Amino acid sequence: MSLDSDDVKRIAHLARLAIDEQDISTYATNLSNILGLVEQMSAVDTDQVSPMAHPLDEVQRLRTDAVTEQNQREHYQSIAPQVEEGHYLVPRVIE
Amino acid sequence: MEWETVIGLEIHTQLATNSKIFSGASTAYGAEANTQACAVDLGLPGVLPVLNREVVNMAIKFGLAIDAELTPVSVFARKNYFYPDLPKGYQISQYELPIVGLGKLEIELENGETKIIGVTRAHLEEDAGKSVHEGFTNMTGIDLNRAGTPLLEIVSEPDLRSAKEAVAYMKKMHSLVRYLEISDGNMQEGSFRCDANVSVRPKGQKEFGTRAELKNINSFRFVERAINFEVERQIDVIEGGGKVVQETRLYDANKDETRSMRSKEEAMDYRYFPDPDLLPVVITEKQIDDIRKTLPELPGAKRDRFMNDFKLSREDASLITSSREMADYFEVVNAKCQDAKLAANWVTGTLTGALNKDGKDLSDSPVSADMLAGMLLRLKDNTISGKIAKEIFEAMWQGEGDADTIIDKKGLKQITDTGAIESVLDEIIAANPKQVEELKSGKDKLMGFFVGQVMKQTGGKANPGQVNQLLRKKLDL
Repeated sequence: MSLDSDDVKRIAHLARLAIDEQDISTYATNLSNILGLVEQMSAVDTDQVSPMAHPLDEVQRLRTDAVTEQNQREHYQSIAPQVEEGHYLVPRVIE
Repeated sequence: MEWETVIGLEIHTQLATNSKIFSGASTAYGAEANTQACAVDLGLPGVLPVLNREVVNMAIKFGLAIDAELTPVSVFARKNYFYPDLPKGYQISQYELPIVGLGKLEIELENGETKIIGVTRAHLEEDAGKSVHEGFTNMTGIDLNRAGTPLLEIVSEPDLRSAKEAVAYMKKMHSLVRYLEISDGNMQEGSFRCDANVSVRPKGQKEFGTRAELKNINSFRFVERAINFEVERQIDVIEGGGKVVQETRLYDANKDETRSMRSKEEAMDYRYFPDPDLLPVVITEKQIDDIRKTLPELPGAKRDRFMNDFKLSREDASLITSSREMADYFEVVNAKCQDAKLAANWVTGTLTGALNKDGKDLSDSPVSADMLAGMLLRLKDNTISGKIAKEIFEAMWQGEGDADTIIDKKGLKQITDTGAIESVLDEIIAANPKQVEELKSGKDKLMGFFVGQVMKQTGGKANPGQVNQLLRKKLDL
């Protein structure tokens, strides 16, 4: 499967990545090569292999349901560009 | 042409944990903005999610209650989209391997029949934060207290065929999560909300029509209205020669209409992939068995028991068991007064009416189950009449004490002394010769007039049955 420049633009937009027009064809080739590699791997018979969701063969550890965090709002908000009345401010978004 | 409606619901229910799904921040509602948003919830670099055990247990409990297949190894995935109230740029959810698989829920239809609705799956995920558009000049405020709150998203099969069925399903699910004590179900606070996938097709057609997803429905009433509006809209589109477009629509309760949210369309590719920060979640048979033992009696089983043991009608039994609190309340009243029908009437009638009027929950009722039972005992042993009972209930509601105290204080004991009632009757007979004649000549409706007069004169303290008897005796009827 190969990607064209529209695919690359769409993927970049979904990931909110700004890319230069001149690089698009290189990206298209490189990404298509990756997909080619995946296709090559798909040819291997994996019927007897169960898919892994994680490279480590471990099980998720669970924590007790207890509140362990204190309010550190001032601390966290000291690195925010803009805050007001306890809220983080962002450019206006309206649906 | 005749149309058939097809509906599937996605219900988001907030799990009643103390801390968040992946962090130790509090989930308590109503705190000051961002005071319960820790480094994990803010998505700061280098943080790692650690799964809350209770969240997993609650999902298992829910799965058992709807007779679902539980997934032995389930996986968390990242759902990628960009929005300011989602600081990480992805929501941790479950995609291919949700913790709860195919299950089912029985609903009751208006005609008294039951219908089984399939539940496709239920998966765990984190909630996003809240955007506040008012009160900031040209900016939007973000409150991340809600970010990371555990949600169970319950997805139904497209088995619902009308807005009414959708409401019945949603109510049943609401009742269930409260019975299980996995959610407080508070709809005002957003703990229980729903999206509806709605489509129409010509009756008899097998294939589904194109569906629209209705968002932002947060009350039972709105579910019904939003679906009905959408069904009409789709039929109009098709009958007008158009085509329904697959899209997300927002329900606007003020205008009672749905409208397109086209801005969301392009972002629909969520590019799910397994979250590398979380390992697969394994649930064991032992864990399942332990949780099975904690399951309460569920609404359906309770309803059947109330019908069998207490001979309640299906309607009464369903109504009373729709909430666990009401069922418990009823059982206490019934155990004490030993009259299920009477207890059911008062619980579903006067008590429910008073609660609705004052906008109170049963748990805040000024009249406890013991108090109500105490009064019903006085009604049963004829100390008071039904009319006085209403008055006493009102007094108990206002905090004037229990029934016996109020009866004593206000002198509300029913007059059982025949002589006293007879002398009142004599006066009334003497004062109303015309009515007496008419009654004697067969106008039996006038019995009510005389009984009413006696009740009026005695302040409701006479026993209407006894008055009736005495009057017939006096007038040789």
